[in-house]
Amino acid sequence: MLTVVIIFLFFAILLYFLLGGADFGAGIIELFTSDSNKHRTRSTMYHAIGPIWEANHMWLIIAVVILFVGFPDIYSNMCTYLHIPLLAMLMGVIARGTAFAFRSYDAIKGERTQALYNSIFVYSSFLTPLFLGIIAGSAISRQIDFTATDFLSAYVYSWFNWFSIAVGLFTVALCGFLAAIYLIGEATDDYDVKRFIKKAKVLNAVAFFCGGLVFMAAETLNIHMAHWIFGNPVSRWAVIAASISLVLLWITISKGYKQLPRIFAAFQVSMILLSVGYTHYPNFIMGKNGKNLSVLTNHATANTIDSLGTALLIGSLFILPALFYLFYSFRVKQSQE
Amino acid sequence: MNDFLAARSQMALSLGFHIIYSCIGMVMPVFMAISHYKYLKTQNPVYKNVTQAWSKGVAIFFATGAVSGTMLSFELGLLWPKFMVHAGPIFGMPFSLEGVAFFIEAIALGFFLYGWNRFNKWFHWATGIVVGVSGILSGILVVSANSWMNSPSGFDFVNGQYVNINPMKAMFNGAWFSEALHMTIAAFVATGFAVAGIHALMIYRKQNVEFHAKAFRIAIAFAAVAAILQPISGDISAKHAAKRQPAKLAAMEAYFHTQQYAPLIIGGIPDTAAKKVNYAVEIPGLLSFLVHDNFKQEVKGLDQIPVKDQPNVPVTHYAFQIMVGFGVIMMLIGVLYLIAVCKKRHWLTKGWFLKLFIYSTPLGFIALEAGWTVTEVGRQPWIIQDVMRTADAVTPMPGIQYSFYLFSFIYFTLSLAVIFLLQRQIKMVPELYDK
Ligand code: HDD
Ligand code: HEM
Ligand code: HEM
Repeated sequence: MLTVVIIFLFFAILLYFLLGGADFGAGIIELFTSDSNKHRTRSTMYHAIGPIWEANHMWLIIAVVILFVGFPDIYSNMCTYLHIPLLAMLMGVIARGTAFAFRSYDAIKGERTQALYNSIFVYSSFLTPLFLGIIAGSAISRQIDFTATDFLSAYVYSWFNWFSIAVGLFTVALCGFLAAIYLIGEATDDYDVKRFIKKAKVLNAVAFFCGGLVFMAAETLNIHMAHWIFGNPVSRWAVIAASISLVLLWITISKGYKQLPRIFAAFQVSMILLSVGYTHYPNFIMGKNGKNLSVLTNHATANTIDSLGTALLIGSLFILPALFYLFYSFRVKQSQE
Repeated sequence: MNDFLAARSQMALSLGFHIIYSCIGMVMPVFMAISHYKYLKTQNPVYKNVTQAWSKGVAIFFATGAVSGTMLSFELGLLWPKFMVHAGPIFGMPFSLEGVAFFIEAIALGFFLYGWNRFNKWFHWATGIVVGVSGILSGILVVSANSWMNSPSGFDFVNGQYVNINPMKAMFNGAWFSEALHMTIAAFVATGFAVAGIHALMIYRKQNVEFHAKAFRIAIAFAAVAAILQPISGDISAKHAAKRQPAKLAAMEAYFHTQQYAPLIIGGIPDTAAKKVNYAVEIPGLLSFLVHDNFKQEVKGLDQIPVKDQPNVPVTHYAFQIMVGFGVIMMLIGVLYLIAVCKKRHWLTKGWFLKLFIYSTPLGFIALEAGWTVTEVGRQPWIIQDVMRTADAVTPMPGIQYSFYLFSFIYFTLSLAVIFLLQRQIKMVPELYDK
């Protein structure tokens, strides 16, 4: 059952990254859109994420619940040492979620109020994935010091370093990239398609640049990324597959396909996550002085894991078909109409 | 403000905020489903307008409830890591099932909000029902997690270790039924009175009377019945609490001296130093009767509980008085409404009758917050009753007061924003639905 729970945890994180990430990305793109086009981007986006957007964010909650029920050591240590970035991320989640709902459901679409909701929405769309990335980066950065007692080394240097920040920026770029690819398929006229393709190109370049930053920043902490990623066959092949799918992605876009590029983009990001996840597996948090927290050793007792696994399996019997039908009704069927 | 107090205040603030949204999220889908059903049956467009107007409000509340709930699932760890590291695996079962229920709710909400004229109308109606059922289910599940803190079970506590964990037993602990029942009814009372009050105000102002009268009737029907059931369920809760947490019961009643023919102490100002309650009304024997079903049997008072294991008596007592007081008032209003419907239909349009509901708009939510204060403050100093002290659970990180100020600011702003938006929704009713 432990394996089942770990697989669910991986997929919850992955799906949050893909679906929630595309949501964040839509806001990021809006942030970097010229004023004259903002309105167009917004309406494409609203059309694209409206019905499914609540569901997209449920993956975060599933991941958190799996962590605190199944891996309480990992959850409570993250919450203690990464308190500050978690708090910052939560502020982003609150601001973004409410601003999005307010701007769609405000009964009076006043210009000034809408502008306020919009600016809250776009800035928090940038900040939330930035801090998510920082948290993810910190978890594997070997900077968390479980023995520290002073404020700065226990609660600040645990996450405030170039590596974590570079991972944060990389996450932002990937989210924007995912969203741009996704929106290409949503756009209703040629002008918008061209615009989103351009955005996707720029963000692709930015993601490359940030990826490079991550590699360089890692060196400053004596983390040898190249060794991490190319040191084992699974990660190596995942990276190669990611690169191939990037090429296919651009070929299919230039041919004007709508669904295929999305699949390649999702595949590419999944492979990046798989590659990173696998190198550290089974460690979830890598702390200072080789103190690691692993999903294979720091888990709850067998009874708890069994009931958690059972709940997840039974739950997915209900959730997955319903979710599939939701996506089908509002995404696939709608784009065919 | 020290870190411990800041952490408790932040937790209380966040839960107190979330509970409002979650109750509305549980109950409004039920109201919407009723109104939607009437529309499908009668084809009267006013019911459709009511359903759609409500669904816009619910979307705002749902989003706010969802983000504040996401906050909570992190705050448990951010503020109480030493509690979660032990409690997570034990009381996690309801949280995992709750995750499933939320997910289904979010999916069904997507269908419901965006599904007008896209699906078979009864399929669309049923998705609304699913929203309501899964909302209520998640409410019950999360309360079962809370009741475990009052009545810990499903594990053995040996030498500071938590062993023989049984998550199912922890979920169906001794307190879950009474708490879940009382909480679910409370959600209907609070939301029902709030919604009915707002629509009563609009009827009183003679705006869109047909629209608001239909909405009012749906809300108040549920609220009245629930308000009449609530004292019965409250009596069950009190009996359970007396067995499980005598300190909580004694603090609720500000009952200092163990005695036979124990009196029920109503109102008054508890004086903890002198161990007495000034200016209270005492009804001899009634507390014994409420707790043990006979007027004579002894009830355990605060004198039998070590001071270090006692909760804050005045806070618990005042909160309890507020909850019960407002509960009784709402029950009477509920009875009055039923009389009006059955016998005195001309009351329904009278100004004084409408005013009654207008003034009781906030009562349910005040009682709800007071009730949670009773449960949570009454459990102190324990975070897990008789197992772990709250002070031992708090995060080691200093500076929690700044995070508390930040949260206070955010929740305050959000509350203002929601009130502002709701007011605009109501203002737009004539323009949107008056054709
Ligand atoms: C509309 C709200 C509302 C109303 C009118 C009442 N209650 Fe209540 N009460 C709650 C809302 C609530 C609550 C907020 O929902 C609580 C907190 C925890 C829980 O399960 O329910 C609660 C808790 C609670 C407890 C503590 C249970 C525990 O700690 O396990 C007792 C003893 C009562 N109630 C008793 C009553 C009585 C005798 C009432 C008589 C009228 C009453 N309540 C009306
Ligand atoms: C599953 C449900 C709940 C859980 C797991 C939970 C957990 C906690 C925890 C960990 C604390 C901090 C320790 C303490 O001071 O007691 C707390 C305090 C508190 N909670 Fe709950 N709670 C739940 C439901 C609620 C709800 C719905 C409310 C209501 C509005 C609430 C109101 C409070 C209050 C007022 C405090 C502060 C108590 C004090 O300062 O003395 N709780 N709760
Ligand atoms: C510690 C306590 C709690 C935690 C960790 C928690 C967690 C959450 C989370 C993560 C959500 C968002 C789910 C979504 O997007 O739909 C949520 C919403 C919700 N919560 Fe809570 N919750 C707590 C307390 C409560 C209590 C005490 C109740 C009820 C009685 C409750 C009832 C609900 C309901 C019905 C929703 C759905 C939101 C809506 O319809 O507006 N929760 N909660």
